[in-house]
Amino acid sequence: MRRTSNVISNIDWTTVAIYFILVILGWGNIYAAVYNEDHGNIFDITQRYGKQLIWISISIVLIILIFIIDSKAYDFFAYPAYLFMLIILIAVLLFGTKVHGARSWFEIGSIRIQPAEFAKLTTALALARFMSAYNFKITRINDLIKATVIIFTPSALIILQNDTGSALVYFSFIIVLYRGGLWSWIIALFAILGVLFVSALMIDVYYLTIILPILSILIFYIFERNIKAALVGLLVLISVNLVFIVGNIYFFNLPKSYILFLGIISTIIVLIYPVYINKIKNFALIASILIGSLFFTFSVDYLFHKVLEKHQRTRINVLLGLESDPTGVEYNVNQSKIAIGSGGFSGKGFLQGTQTKFDFVPEQDTDFIFCTVGEEWGFIGTSVIILLFMFLLLRLINMAERQKSRLSQFYGYGVISILFFHIVINIGMTIGLVPVIGIPLPFFSYGGSSLWSFTILLFIFIRFDASRIEQL
Amino acid sequence: METTNSNRQYFIAGFIILILLIYIAKLASLQIMENTYKRSADNNVFRHIIQYPSRGLIFDRNGDLLVYNQPVYDVIVVPNELEVFDTTEFCNIVNISKDELNKKLEEAKSYSRFKQTIIIQLLPFDKYGLLAEKLYKFRGFYTQTRTIRSYTKPIAASLLGYVGEVDDKMIKKNAYYKSGDYIGISGIEKSYENNLRGRKGINIFLVDVHNRLKGSYKDGKFDTLAVVGSNIVTSIDSKLQAYCELLLKNKKGSIVAIEPSTGEILALATSPTYDPNLLVGRERTDNYRKLLLDNEKPLFNRAIRAMYPPGSTFKPVNALIGLQEEVITAKTVLPCNGGYRVGSFHQHCHHGSAVTFTYSIQGSCNAYYSQVFMKILKNSKYESIGLAYKSWRDYLQKFGIGRKLNTDLINEVSGLVYSKEHYDKYFEVERRWKPLRLVSMAIGQGELGITPLQMANVTSAIANRGYYYIPHIVKNINRNDSIDNRFYQKQYVGIDSVYFEPVIEGMELVVKAGTARSAFLDNISICGKTGTAENPHGKDHSIFIAFAPRDNPKIAIAIFVENAGFGSTWAAPMSSLIIEKYINDSISRQYLEDRIINTNLMNPTK
Repeated sequence: MRRTSNVISNIDWTTVAIYFILVILGWGNIYAAVYNEDHGNIFDITQRYGKQLIWISISIVLIILIFIIDSKAYDFFAYPAYLFMLIILIAVLLFGTKVHGARSWFEIGSIRIQPAEFAKLTTALALARFMSAYNFKITRINDLIKATVIIFTPSALIILQNDTGSALVYFSFIIVLYRGGLWSWIIALFAILGVLFVSALMIDVYYLTIILPILSILIFYIFERNIKAALVGLLVLISVNLVFIVGNIYFFNLPKSYILFLGIISTIIVLIYPVYINKIKNFALIASILIGSLFFTFSVDYLFHKVLEKHQRTRINVLLGLESDPTGVEYNVNQSKIAIGSGGFSGKGFLQGTQTKFDFVPEQDTDFIFCTVGEEWGFIGTSVIILLFMFLLLRLINMAERQKSRLSQFYGYGVISILFFHIVINIGMTIGLVPVIGIPLPFFSYGGSSLWSFTILLFIFIRFDASRIEQL
Repeated sequence: METTNSNRQYFIAGFIILILLIYIAKLASLQIMENTYKRSADNNVFRHIIQYPSRGLIFDRNGDLLVYNQPVYDVIVVPNELEVFDTTEFCNIVNISKDELNKKLEEAKSYSRFKQTIIIQLLPFDKYGLLAEKLYKFRGFYTQTRTIRSYTKPIAASLLGYVGEVDDKMIKKNAYYKSGDYIGISGIEKSYENNLRGRKGINIFLVDVHNRLKGSYKDGKFDTLAVVGSNIVTSIDSKLQAYCELLLKNKKGSIVAIEPSTGEILALATSPTYDPNLLVGRERTDNYRKLLLDNEKPLFNRAIRAMYPPGSTFKPVNALIGLQEEVITAKTVLPCNGGYRVGSFHQHCHHGSAVTFTYSIQGSCNAYYSQVFMKILKNSKYESIGLAYKSWRDYLQKFGIGRKLNTDLINEVSGLVYSKEHYDKYFEVERRWKPLRLVSMAIGQGELGITPLQMANVTSAIANRGYYYIPHIVKNINRNDSIDNRFYQKQYVGIDSVYFEPVIEGMELVVKAGTARSAFLDNISICGKTGTAENPHGKDHSIFIAFAPRDNPKIAIAIFVENAGFGSTWAAPMSSLIIEKYINDSISRQYLEDRIINTNLMNPTK
C-alpha cells in the first residue's frame, strides 16, 4: 500500500496534464477535420471522432495498467518484448494487409493495427536496457555496433514493409547515443554528410569537384597557417587539372567531373613527397576527408538517379525547389500551406475551416491534422501547440536527467527522440520545410495504433519517473 | 548519474528549442505576413454562381411583341472530371471538328483543371436534345441555359440593334460585365442596355476539392437576386415600319415617320436592310462578317447616318427664315423668267415673270428662292454677309439641321452645314464673302448634308407650326413614362407661328395642284414638298417631306430614295401610301402600291 501511494504521489502530473491537453485538442481537431452536418454528434462512433474517443478511453485503461505493473518488469521484459516485436514485424511482412502501398497492417476483425508503431517503443526500451548494462561503453566499437544493430534491425524490416517514413524514425535514436557519450565528431560527421547530401542533389557534381578541393585548401590554411604550402597546393591542383582537362579533350573524352576527380587524386599523390619531407601535419586527414566527401557525393548522385524511384526523387526535388509538380506532391503541400496560411493570426474559428473540411488538404485527420489547427485556430493555435510540444520535450529532458537508473534515463531520451522526430517531420511537412513523409503527429493524429503506442511510450517513462526513488 | 556527458542535455534542449522556434517563425510568415494564402483559399472554396436575368422584351407602340428571348445552351467542361470518351460521337453531336475540341479542352485545362469553362456556346435546342440524352457518356461535361434574342418579325433590324458577347475593352471599363456576358451592341439594345439587361444575381456557394457544391455561403447572406430586365415599349408602329420596309424593297434609301405631337418615331426604315434573326446565336459572327462585307452595306443605317442634300424640300425652311427675318412677306412677288441670272451665273427654272410666295412652294421655283436666299444674306440688319450667314445657320441649328438631335438612337450623325468661320477662311483669298457661291443652298443643294431623321424632324416642326419634340424611339420602360425628361420639352425653332400658315398653304397646294399631285388623297389633306437632289453619285435622289392632316397633324414623314429621279415620281407617292396606311389603315390605290413594290431601283435592269 505504501509503495503504491508513493508511486502516485511521485507521478509527474505536469507531463500527464500536457498529455491530456494534447489528446483532447487532437480529438477536437479530428472532429473539425471530418465534421459534417449529418453526423454532428462528437460522440457518434460511426465517425472517426467517435472512434478516436474510444481509442482515447482504451489509452486511459492502458495508462492504468502501466501504473499497476512494477517498473522492474519493463527492465525484465525489454529484450523479450523487442524480440517478440521483431517476429511480429516479420509476420506482418508475410501476412499483413496492404494499405496505401505499405504492407504494415494487421487486420483483426474491423480493427487494424500497425506493429511498426509499437516497434519504436520496444526498440527504445531494448536500447536503453542495452546501454544501461554495467560494462557498456559506447566508445567501444563492439558496443556501438551492437547498439546500432538493435536500432536498425526493426528499421530494416519496416523498410521492407515499404513504410519508409516509419523506418526513418529510428535515425532519431542518435540523440540517445549522443547523450550516452557517442563521440561528438560522429555527430559532426553526420552533419557534414547531411550538408554534402543536400549539396550533391542541388549542385551539379561537376561544381562540387571544383568547390571541395578549394574548400579543403582553405581549411588546411586555417589549421596550419602555412600560406606557402597552401598556395603550392593550389598551384599544383590547378596545373594538374589543366593538364587533365586538356588531355581529356584530345584523348579520352570522359565526363568532366570524372576528370576533375582523377585530377584531385593525382594532385594528392604529387603532393605526398613534399608533404613528407616538410613534415606537414593534417594533410593526410584533410586529404582523406576530401576523397571521402567526393566518394560520398558521387554515390549520392548515383543513388539518386539510378536507385531511387521516380516518385521518391520527385518528393526530394520538389522540396529542394528543383522541380515543380503542382498536381502531385506539391499540390498537397500547397494546399496544406494554403489551409494553414488562410487561418491568419487568429484563425477562422472552430468548425469554420473550409480548406480542410472540403478535402482540399489530403489526409486531413491523420498526417495533415496540423492544417486544421492552422486554419481554424490561426497562428495563435499553431504556436500554442508547438510551445506545448516544446514544453513537453524540455520537461522530459528534465525528467530524464533526474533519473537515478541509466535504463530509465536512456529510455527517457528514447521517448524524447521519437516524439521530437515525429513532431519535426509531421509539422515540417505541412508547412513545406521537410519532405512529405507520412508519419503521425503524436497524440493528435487520428488512429488507435499511433495513439496507443505514443501513450505507452510516454507513460512507461512516467512510470519509471514515478518510482525513481527506488531506482538504484 | 551519467555525469560525464551531462552538459549534453543542454545541447539537446537547445537544438529542440532552435528547431521549434524556426517552425514558429515559419508559421508566423505563413499565417501573418503573407496574404496570398488567404486569397488562394477563397479561390479554392468559393464558387460564384451567376444568375443571368432574362433580358427585357421589346414591344411596338400598340403592344405587339417585337423582340423576345429564346433558350439556348452552353456546353461546359470541368477538365479534372473528364474521362476517356468517344470524341467522334461528341464532335458529331455538337458539330465541331476534333482539332477544335482538343484545342478548346487544352485551353480549358490551362485555365483551371477544377473550374468550369464554356467550350461550346449557344447550342440550339435540337442539338442540345441530342447531347442531353447522351451526356452520361461524357463525364465532366455539363450544359447551362442561356437566352438569345429572337424577333417576331424580320423588321427594324438596325433600329432594334443586336446583342453580342461583351469585348475586353468593355470588361475593363465596366466591372459589371464579365467575360462571356452579353451586351447590346447597336440600336435600342445598346442605347437602352442598362434597362434591358436587368441585374445579374450572384449565389455564393462553397465547394469541396472535387468541385461539388457543399451548400451556400453563410446561408446566402451575401447572395443577390437577379433582377429581370425592363420591358421596353417603343414608339414604332410595327405595321407601319413593315410597310415602309416593304415599299423600300429593292431601293436604296430611307423613310422616317414621326408623330409631331410627341416626337415619337413611328417608323424608321433604311434599305437595304437585313433580317435581325441573322445576328443571333452561333451564326452571328459569320453572318455579321457577311453583312459587313456586303457591297450594299445593309448594316449602314441611312435614316440616321446618311447625309443627303435635301434639294427642294429645303425651300420651306428658307421661306420660313425669310419671313421671320422680314426680308420677304407672304405677299412678295418675285420674277423667275426661266431662271435666276446674275452676270454669267444662271440658275435654271421654268416659271413666269411673277411668282407669288405660295406658288414658289407649289411650283418649287428655284429663282424665287435664290433671290430670297440672297436677300437673307444681304440683310442690312447685319454688318456683313458673314454675320447674316451665321444668323441663317443659327436658324438651321434650331431646326435641328447640322447638329445631332440628341435622340435616343445611337450613332446619329450631325449632318453638314459649314460654319461662318469655315467660309471666312474659304473667302480669305478674295477678301470678301461672295454670296453667289452659296446660292445653291437656297434650293437645298451645295454644301448641305441632312439626314432623313433631321428632315422628318423639320417636317414635324412645320406641322407643329414652330416647335418639335426631340424624336425618340422609346415610348416607355416597364409601362412607366420613365424616359428622359428632354423628350417632353418643346423645342422652338425660332420662327413665329404666324409665318407657318402661308408655307403650309403652299405645301398643301404642292399635293393638290403642284409638283406632287401623285401624292394626292381626297380624304386626307396632305401637305408636302418634293425634292430632287442632284448628287455626284449618279441619278438624282427622289425626296419628299410631308405631314398630314393639315390640322392636328398625326404624322410627319421624310423619304429619301437614292438615285431614283424626281421626288414626285417615287418619294411623293410612297409617302402618300404610308400616310394613308397610317391614318386610314387601308390602301385605296393598290396599283400605286404594286408599282412601287415591284420596281427595283437598286439595280435597274432596264
